[in-house]
Amino acid sequence: MSAVTADNARTSAAVVARVPLTRVIQVELRKMFDTRSGFWLIASIAISAVLTAGGVILWAPDGELTYSTFATAIRFPVVIILPLIAILAVTSEWSQRTGLTTFTLIPHRSRIITAKAISSVLIAIAAMVLTFAVGGLGNLLGAAVTGTTPVWDVTTTQVLYYVLGMILSLLVGFMLGVLIRSSTGAIVAYFILTFALPTVFGLLATGQQWFHDLQPWVDIQFAQSGLFVFEQALTGEQWANIAVTAIIWLFLPMAVGLAFVTRAEVK
Amino acid sequence: MITVEGVTRKYGHFTAVDDVSFTAQEGRVTGFLGPNGAGKSTTMRVMVGLTKATSGNVTISGRHYVDLPNPGLEVGVLLDASAQHAGRTGREILTIAQQYMGLPRSRVEEMLEVVSLTPAESSRRVGNYSLGMRQRLGIATALIGDPEVLILDEPANGLDPAGIRWMRDLLRGYADRGGTVLLSSHLLHEIEVIADDIVMIGNGRIVSQGTKTELLHAAGTVVRATDTAALQGALEELGITATLSEDGVLRTDVDPALVGKVALESGVALTELRAADAGLEDMFLELTATSQRDGDLT
Repeated sequence: MSAVTADNARTSAAVVARVPLTRVIQVELRKMFDTRSGFWLIASIAISAVLTAGGVILWAPDGELTYSTFATAIRFPVVIILPLIAILAVTSEWSQRTGLTTFTLIPHRSRIITAKAISSVLIAIAAMVLTFAVGGLGNLLGAAVTGTTPVWDVTTTQVLYYVLGMILSLLVGFMLGVLIRSSTGAIVAYFILTFALPTVFGLLATGQQWFHDLQPWVDIQFAQSGLFVFEQALTGEQWANIAVTAIIWLFLPMAVGLAFVTRAEVK
Repeated sequence: MITVEGVTRKYGHFTAVDDVSFTAQEGRVTGFLGPNGAGKSTTMRVMVGLTKATSGNVTISGRHYVDLPNPGLEVGVLLDASAQHAGRTGREILTIAQQYMGLPRSRVEEMLEVVSLTPAESSRRVGNYSLGMRQRLGIATALIGDPEVLILDEPANGLDPAGIRWMRDLLRGYADRGGTVLLSSHLLHEIEVIADDIVMIGNGRIVSQGTKTELLHAAGTVVRATDTAALQGALEELGITATLSEDGVLRTDVDPALVGKVALESGVALTELRAADAGLEDMFLELTATSQRDGDLT
């Protein structure tokens, strides 16, 4: 193929292989790390996990120094940072205008969005592994400090619940990135959706009996809370709550966002 | 080859690009010329699928851009050199392009050399680049896949005179090896020097297109004579319009040979006779007068 003349170079172009999705995912992963802000955002997961574990050892009552305490405490910083990573992975193509190059090299925009979703989930899984490792180290260290036997009160099923919950949070951030395509707008929307809305729903549920029964079916935070408590297996109804709220707050807006992204002009 | 057929793009009631058709041929540099806001960039975005045309069709070597399996290997595109993440280094931006296209890593260093970005420069973040350096980086990104077609929007912007000379030689060599080059500019002189074919656009419509020689030839003749009035009369007798300007120069649309013949027959001594070297600038201003922003004021 290298010996073709300029004339039949054009016919050889027809056999050029399509850019495989695995390669697009690799590049999208690279793009999440290759700026200072992106690197430190991801590094902040590890940093905050270590700091939180240290805080638990220092300040948690000795009786509560169990693995679930560590895992629950570390969740809070991570559940905020992970969706930010997903949001920025999408919105930077617009706010930094890199989409002009990205969507020219990969003209099917849905492939870029898919690759970004997969690479975000991969980062989330890596962050979870790290979280559990830091939590485990913290638990060992805490037990050594207090001179007790470490308590491992989390089952594999609960670990999987936890990972699922984190991935759902990350995907909500991702959805907002796709839907809003502006870093600031998507981040503000994420905080409203995660912190302001549950409060409003909570107040409404306390005051209005009709909403009290409805809340598990419309409040995504409420529906997912069972994934993070390390207590008991979820009931069928709780799974149904998670599915319904995910459809309302994740999949429907994601579909709308994808439709916009594939049609919108890239400038 | 790039074929643009009847491309129209409307934004509500505003028509940014209005029924634009032209082709950019292999082995030639096609200059896409027009004042600001004429629709050049919109047309170029339509070519690469970033903007959907309201109607019309663009094919590149017979195929739609979105159907190209690995577009970077077939079409080099530079639409806006500033549209890069300010936090990435120049080398990193090239590496991303190299990886999307699945090229060997060595291509990155090769291209940095081609566009004369030093290792120190390419390790700096693009936020610290001058516009000229961004243009060089953008050209490197466009060329890295060794494509047959180049689409460059205002690539000479921000380059210093040596940079403009360098780019001109680069694109000339590229076209001479059989490549198709389409570049837009409002820098008339640049287009005049480099382009083989010229497409002029104003207010979203094509106002003129053809080879550079054709377009220049259409400029007519400039003549001075000892007795300009007599020559003007002789020309008009033959039905040739000639206009006399204040500096005593007679201009006409016909070619110099005919004017010389008329002068000989009418016995008027010429002091100067040449093809109107109006340059594209005059023609450009004239042709786009109605679509010029300045023109809107009158």
